[in-house]
Amino acid sequence: MTMLRESQIMKIHYITGIAALFVVAIHIMMRLIMPYNMSLEYENVIANYHNLPYVVLLESILVLIAIHGFNGLRVILLELRQSKAWEDGVTILTIAAMMAVVAYGTRTIIFANGLGFE
Amino acid sequence: MNEQVIEKIEKMGKHKKKETIRSSIVLKVYRANRLAGESGHYDSIEVPVQRWTTVLDALLHAKSYKDPSIGIRFSCRMASCGSCGMKINGIPRLACYTKVSELEGSTVTVEPLANFPHIRDLVTDFAQFFSHHRDMQPYIKNDQADIEDKARLSEFLQSPEDLDKFLQFSYCIKCGLCYSACPTVATDIKFPGPQALSQAYRYFIDNRDMAEKERMNMVDDRHGIWRCHFAGSCSSVCPKGVDPALGIQLLRGHMLGFSKNEKKIADLQERLRKD
Repeated sequence: MTMLRESQIMKIHYITGIAALFVVAIHIMMRLIMPYNMSLEYENVIANYHNLPYVVLLESILVLIAIHGFNGLRVILLELRQSKAWEDGVTILTIAAMMAVVAYGTRTIIFANGLGFE
Repeated sequence: MNEQVIEKIEKMGKHKKKETIRSSIVLKVYRANRLAGESGHYDSIEVPVQRWTTVLDALLHAKSYKDPSIGIRFSCRMASCGSCGMKINGIPRLACYTKVSELEGSTVTVEPLANFPHIRDLVTDFAQFFSHHRDMQPYIKNDQADIEDKARLSEFLQSPEDLDKFLQFSYCIKCGLCYSACPTVATDIKFPGPQALSQAYRYFIDNRDMAEKERMNMVDDRHGIWRCHFAGSCSSVCPKGVDPALGIQLLRGHMLGFSKNEKKIADLQERLRKD
């Protein structure tokens, strides 16, 4: 049950981790262009979701952190037990959880953006 | 220049471990026979010591004059065979390479190595450890060398630079101290451990070896090289200065493609030099 070699998975893990640092830094900096409290007001948050480059940034944060985080969880769980059933189960579960989180987050972004619903 | 050297030596002298001179110590020896179903306990044995007495000397004195039933594995008494590895005051060390005067306190606790199945007293089972080592195929694989055909047999020339790449890792005596100190081995029995992985690197980087891809595939596994947390405890306990953690990181670098073409570049440089 291996589609990718472990070295390829870990390359993706490191790249997503480094990329997430940059996009999250931009995301935090965007909170500082106006007073912090004001940046979290409903109108401003919705305005962010209507700004297409910002939507791309939010989606990339979601995807990068989901991949990096769930692979990290897989690595931790693999060390708990060593049996083929457990290892395959952990891999399938973490991939499914990652896809569910990305799907739910993307749905939130689409709804808040109002894409195709206005 | 000379002043700098003198300064360095003086500094080294200041950092040198203090030796404590004692006339006797108490050896706290872990005793248990797993096969007989005995539970573990510690026996305290008083042993006379000199300034140069090693923990192995003290144990052998205890075995000769106090309790001949102490189970201990040893051979060369000079840190070459790697047989007398044990936990001394909680740290994996070679008993023949640890002087009692280097240790703090008048009680020295000796226990079997962690991460190894226990057999009796201070003796552990190395079968799994050697199996991981064997899995790495720790020998040079070269299809171009036909050892049967003596007429075609030729030497493999290596430059000092080529030798330097793996020399440090070839000093491994398979004592198992790094394996015992590794936190990943403690939780993941399929993890090959620092010794096997550093040996994989030792043969991988050897320019006489042709089984580069084969070795890569062996360690590029769910429980392979990527499970190393880089705690570095393997390198800190190694009595031969092998630095297995360095070997693991270098091999990882190769697998991530940081030095993918290093061998090809070295071959090309060698050819250009000859031309």
